[in-house]
Amino acid sequence: MKKVPVREQDAKERATNFKEVCLGYNKEEAEAEASRCLNCKNPRCVEGCPVSIQIPQFIQAVKEGNIEEAYRVIGLSSSLPAICGRVCPQETQCEGVCVRGIKGEAVAIGKLERYVADTAREMGIKPAAPENRNGKKVAVIGSGPAGLTCAGDLAKMGYDVTIFEALHEPGGVLTYGIPEFRLPKEAVVQKEIDNVRALGVKIETDVVVGKSVTIDNLMKEEGFSAVFVGSGAGLPKFMNIPGEQALGVFSANEYLTRSNLMKAFSEDSTTPIMHPKKAVVVGGGNVAMDAARTALRMGAEVHVVYRRSEAELPARVEEVHHAKEEGIIFDLLTNPVEIIANEDGWVSGIRCIRMELGEPDESGRRSPVEIKGSEFEIECDAVIMSLGTSPNPLIASTTAGLDVNRRGCIVAEEETGKSSKDGVYAGGDAVTGAATVILAMGAGKAGAKGIDDYLNK
Amino acid sequence: MFEILEKEILTKEPVIFRMVVKAPRVAAACEPGQFLIVRANSDGERVPLTICDYDRAAGTVEIVVQVIGAETDKMSRLEKGEGFADVVGPLGQASDLVTEDLEELKKKKILFVAGGVGTAPVYPQAKWLHEHGITPDVIIGAKNKDLVIMEDKFKSVCNLTITTDDGSYGRSGMVTVALQDLWNEGTRWDHCVAIGPMIMMKFVCKLTKELGIHTIVSMNPIMVDGTGMCGACRLTVDGKVKFACVDGPEFDGHLVDFDQAMSRMKLYRTEEGRLYLKEKEGATHHGNCGNCN
Repeated sequence: MKKVPVREQDAKERATNFKEVCLGYNKEEAEAEASRCLNCKNPRCVEGCPVSIQIPQFIQAVKEGNIEEAYRVIGLSSSLPAICGRVCPQETQCEGVCVRGIKGEAVAIGKLERYVADTAREMGIKPAAPENRNGKKVAVIGSGPAGLTCAGDLAKMGYDVTIFEALHEPGGVLTYGIPEFRLPKEAVVQKEIDNVRALGVKIETDVVVGKSVTIDNLMKEEGFSAVFVGSGAGLPKFMNIPGEQALGVFSANEYLTRSNLMKAFSEDSTTPIMHPKKAVVVGGGNVAMDAARTALRMGAEVHVVYRRSEAELPARVEEVHHAKEEGIIFDLLTNPVEIIANEDGWVSGIRCIRMELGEPDESGRRSPVEIKGSEFEIECDAVIMSLGTSPNPLIASTTAGLDVNRRGCIVAEEETGKSSKDGVYAGGDAVTGAATVILAMGAGKAGAKGIDDYLNK
Repeated sequence: MFEILEKEILTKEPVIFRMVVKAPRVAAACEPGQFLIVRANSDGERVPLTICDYDRAAGTVEIVVQVIGAETDKMSRLEKGEGFADVVGPLGQASDLVTEDLEELKKKKILFVAGGVGTAPVYPQAKWLHEHGITPDVIIGAKNKDLVIMEDKFKSVCNLTITTDDGSYGRSGMVTVALQDLWNEGTRWDHCVAIGPMIMMKFVCKLTKELGIHTIVSMNPIMVDGTGMCGACRLTVDGKVKFACVDGPEFDGHLVDFDQAMSRMKLYRTEEGRLYLKEKEGATHHGNCGNCN
């Protein structure tokens, strides 16, 4: 049995615009899909969800056409359903373990979650602010998925929560990283953040914790009893190959930040962004797909260069599928060795070498090995490096007693988010290194619980 | 909103203006050498600016800005009582001078070389030294008499030498000429800090390397977030890639790859922008300060 297909913008058309690719279910489609849920007694999907949403319960409510109830059930576990419904890798989480998936296709849990969140928003349903406040102040650093979730959960418990955000807009990676065509900013992200604010959470933008104020200041002088660090993994990695400082070489972070946060994709924006004719995106993760599909929409022919094979692409299957449909060219088992610049310093090409898969490495994936003498050149005028990120050292380096591991990630207990410093909790990419929105949300949830236990002991 | 408490036009052609802005968190935490990022309004660009003074008690910071494009032009039109949408900071590392052992520092003879609007960020460093019992030498270079800024403020904290390209005020010639002349007159320094257009810093470094004076420069490349996230501001120092926003903005000037840094400045230069500059700068436009080429 197959799932009810979700409507999408036509690939040719969407390749030239920034409107959302996936159009979502309507009422009939959602109710038909919801009726496929077997309402298992031991729902494996709930275990597969990093924030343990009571999935069968909300799906039953959808089936009955009771959006308010469905939204309430999701809201018990998640503060950002419209976002999770769009960007979670459901195929490896809830949907990956769905019993329906054994003999056919899993229930489209993600699309149903999105339907509930979007419909609730259209109906004007907002999460209810808690009636009782306990007066205890908690600071949350970073307004990305980890911070928003942690803040939302703590506010529901009655805490007085302030989020400190370094950029001028809240949302973290939801705002600067994930493009409009995957996650609309005004219609979805801002509304979800408004919902977190509706719980009583305050957001102070333009505060770079570690620079504008330290964690110790927040706790000693500004009266915060506990702090949650959800500052993300911000520092872009480069390959350290010759030519990387040439004009036209960008980190995916820069390219996406210009387009998403600064709105360079829009003709009304004054933010400069390069419109390459032919761009090479290096890397195979979700961020690489986002950068590639953004460059494509800016009018470029786009090649994704990745050193392993398609099976190892870390990006979600859906993203790769969408990218291919839109006309992105995948040069797999290919690794850059040098970026070539013309006499004016601009990128004119990238020299690559063919790879083959050898023995499995420590990640369990077969490691790519260079094929001698197979070097070749791809002509291009822009190279976008999407090789992952490492945690920003700003907070760790200015907070005495906060331990980091050798990769620069903050050391925190998985269950509670507890760090080495009393009263300081952490989660998300700042702890794990670059991962997914939903894992960060799970960590935000754990941190909220950890902080609640700490302040009540 | 970050309110503008004072505004003063320092020069007319090009326009350089000074503003005192209410930004309590920045004022409480900033040190000489650091910078901030401002956005004029809610759809403005993030513009990195150096901090030229601060008042912790009043919760204010002072900025001096030269109009070089649409965003700085927009800022220059804001009046007292209005405000910036965003003021973020302080960003980057504080100057080494403020973290060095004071007794060691007192043994050194220190020179600042300031060019154009780069004069402003030199002030908090010179002032800091003066407050700590050290009187540095400062060379301010400007194109002409009308473009010499902050002279009175500097006079009270340092031994000041002014030089103008056209000789209309002070000595005549570029800052490198003044530096060499002072050297020839017998002045010696252990430490130099040069802040100004990249081309100026490059040539100051060339000279101080010959003279054997350790030299620090303050780099102001293209930036987006200013917190280490985008990598746009990367430059090569001693063969290694550094991010000006988190590793700098100050670096050992003898190790900076200036040619690469200047090349990277042209990334978003458009024909439109160059024409704007040429029109605004009029007779003073010579096209090699790094702002347009």
